[in-house]
Amino acid sequence: MADTAILETPSAALSRRRTMTLNMGPQHPSTHGVLRIVLDLDGEVILKAVADIGFLHTGIEKQCETKTWQQVVPLTDRVDYLSNLANNLAYVLAVERLLQIEIPPRAQYLRVMLTEISRIASHLVWLGTHALDIGAMSMFMYCFREREEILKILEMFSGQRMMTSYLRVGGVALDAPRGWEKVVGRFLDDFPGKIDMYENLLTGNPIWTLRTKGVGYMPLEDLLDWGVTGPMLRAAGLKWDIRKDEPYSGYDKFSFDVPTRTESDVFARYMVRMAELRESLKIARQALDGMPGGAFQADAPQITLPAREKMKTQMEALIYHFKIVTEGFAVPAGEAYACVESPRGELGYYVVSDGGTKPCRVHMRTPSFGNLQILGPMLENTLIADSIAALGSMDFVLGDTDR
Amino acid sequence: MDFIVLSLLKTGLVAFVFLTALAYLQWIERKVIAHVQVRVGPNRVGPHGLLQPLTDTIKLLTKEDLIPSHVNKFFYLLAPIIGVSMALISISVIPFGPEIEIPFTGIKTYLGLTDLNIGVLVPLACSGIGVYAVALAGWSSNNKYALLGGLRASAQMISYELPMALSIAAPLLMYNTLDMRKIVEQQGAIKFGFVYSWGIFSYLGLPFVAFILFLICAFAETNRIPFDLPEAENELVAGFHTEYSSMKFASFFMAEYANMTTICCLATVLFLGGWYPPVEFPGVNYIPGLVFVFSGLMMLYHGTVNLVRARDKYTLPAFGIIFCGIGLAHFVPFLMPILVPLFWFLSKVLFLLFLYIWVRATLPRFRYDQLMHFAWGWMFPVSIGVLFATALLVAVWK
Repeated sequence: MADTAILETPSAALSRRRTMTLNMGPQHPSTHGVLRIVLDLDGEVILKAVADIGFLHTGIEKQCETKTWQQVVPLTDRVDYLSNLANNLAYVLAVERLLQIEIPPRAQYLRVMLTEISRIASHLVWLGTHALDIGAMSMFMYCFREREEILKILEMFSGQRMMTSYLRVGGVALDAPRGWEKVVGRFLDDFPGKIDMYENLLTGNPIWTLRTKGVGYMPLEDLLDWGVTGPMLRAAGLKWDIRKDEPYSGYDKFSFDVPTRTESDVFARYMVRMAELRESLKIARQALDGMPGGAFQADAPQITLPAREKMKTQMEALIYHFKIVTEGFAVPAGEAYACVESPRGELGYYVVSDGGTKPCRVHMRTPSFGNLQILGPMLENTLIADSIAALGSMDFVLGDTDR
Repeated sequence: MDFIVLSLLKTGLVAFVFLTALAYLQWIERKVIAHVQVRVGPNRVGPHGLLQPLTDTIKLLTKEDLIPSHVNKFFYLLAPIIGVSMALISISVIPFGPEIEIPFTGIKTYLGLTDLNIGVLVPLACSGIGVYAVALAGWSSNNKYALLGGLRASAQMISYELPMALSIAAPLLMYNTLDMRKIVEQQGAIKFGFVYSWGIFSYLGLPFVAFILFLICAFAETNRIPFDLPEAENELVAGFHTEYSSMKFASFFMAEYANMTTICCLATVLFLGGWYPPVEFPGVNYIPGLVFVFSGLMMLYHGTVNLVRARDKYTLPAFGIIFCGIGLAHFVPFLMPILVPLFWFLSKVLFLLFLYIWVRATLPRFRYDQLMHFAWGWMFPVSIGVLFATALLVAVWK
């Protein structure tokens, strides 16, 4: 193997100006979106890597200020389009913190179950593209086959496959549809076998381990310094999972493990995410089995829309409906921060209200942005092929990074 | 005169069949990988997408022949020509079958284009020159990805040529000749009364190790997964042919598939007994015909009585009839000596090609330095070991 230690030090090679500068992206098959990385190369060894982000900047944070509180939910879908429910959840949790309303248990369970299922979908996209980058192209198709089942479940609940906007301030948009237990149950029954198949194809594969073990190593202290969260941090050995450490939305009622590894390389991140697939299944199963009955929205008539029938028959409900639809609801002045464990790491929404019906400021602390910061140090002194594996293991979403 | 006419006819026939087969090999690859990946594959042009190769060819031929302004024009144009011509030349020394008599004429001829007394060296030489195509394409394109791809490819192909030559040398010691036809004819000897002495069956199975080594080298030599680094699209976009379009791209594409086919033919000739069946028993010559007739009947059954999908209503019976016809042709006395050896030869080649495709759908790819380490640290010593062991066995045995 090319021992990079026997090559000259990066600065020495750089100073002699015999390096090649390669613009990887923004159109490149493996940058998973419009990420541009400027690489200084000595042969195939990367001496310096600079990430250039911002190609997918959409100004979502600013747009939020022009919408009513409830209308922001669909915007949060578009931030991290692979795990939109986690974004919905962080936002509604922050707003609910300002409003101080009680969410009924059924809504909590529905939120938890669907967020975990969409975490599986997000990890499947990661696994498929990561394996495709390393050359195992069939994995991509297998992962997307299973993801299709998840998208069908999400469509069943919300009417939409990807941009579900299923969560609402005060609960969820709709009650669970008829026959949902059977569909979700069937998926939860089938999926463990599928994970076994993925592991059969990859975990023991000598080429896969050669390509991933020891690649993209970063010590835990560096990860913490650069603000990396999520599976990357857990693969370095820190047992930090917001679902466990600062439980939200009733996660303390579920029993699950936080998988960790200590190697902090691409393989460890792969193993952590594979274990997380199984843990998410466990949580979703518990939510399915223990789904409480009752209301799916909080008893807060000035915030949640009244039932259709009530609206047609009761004067008061009609007034509330009219007010909520035309001008939205007011949120007490103040600021709140709520964070959730998204598939990529700590996802936080910082919400400021001036007492009006529109947010004064919405700021997102997105995990992809934090994780991407470490790209430069991680790619330094590695090979181009390793950089692809390392990029894949970071599992970033450019929409999440650039917002 | 006869010789010239016959040679021209044979060349034309082989060229036509070979080029068509290359186009259809790509169709087979797409279909097989699609089914591995739970997809359908090409199915829009013609029944089961069978006309897809034709449309692909037309598309590539009629695309604008773009030459970027920043390339070194001479070498840029030369590279695909070298690539495709070298890939196509080496098929000329492969023997496909024994001496046959052309029906109704009484003319006897060999199945195969030429029989050089150094036949084995020709494919090796051609692939050696073929490296220039890749290196020149990468360099002359003036594109960084292409340059990296070209560098990788030339380093890889040169490295793997060595263990490949060594793993070929092992069986050559056993056969004691470089003439491919004589090599195959030696494998036609029958052992224990029923087994043909294929290369991999003789000398305590030691050539089997050489065969495996040869196959691994063949994957590397033709730049296929798990050794497809020169065109690793997730790293280098399209590698050395990033800047190529239309027919020039098609040339590289064709060269890759031609190289695959030739190397599979070479493996068949050296290790798998060429056109001889695996075992000998009375009536072994009827097996090819029976295989075709049986599969034809299966298609007829599933196309008429047990129809599952409506769109197979016409295609399956049609193919069933065609297959039955091919099968019956194997029983015609004057066609039998031609078709039966060809069947065994082609089925071995197709099996090896299927292996290529299967591996491509399954395995991830190596990293560049791991690949070189694999070549020099593992393949090279093992092939030398096999060579010495074979030499020892041959010296003791003979």
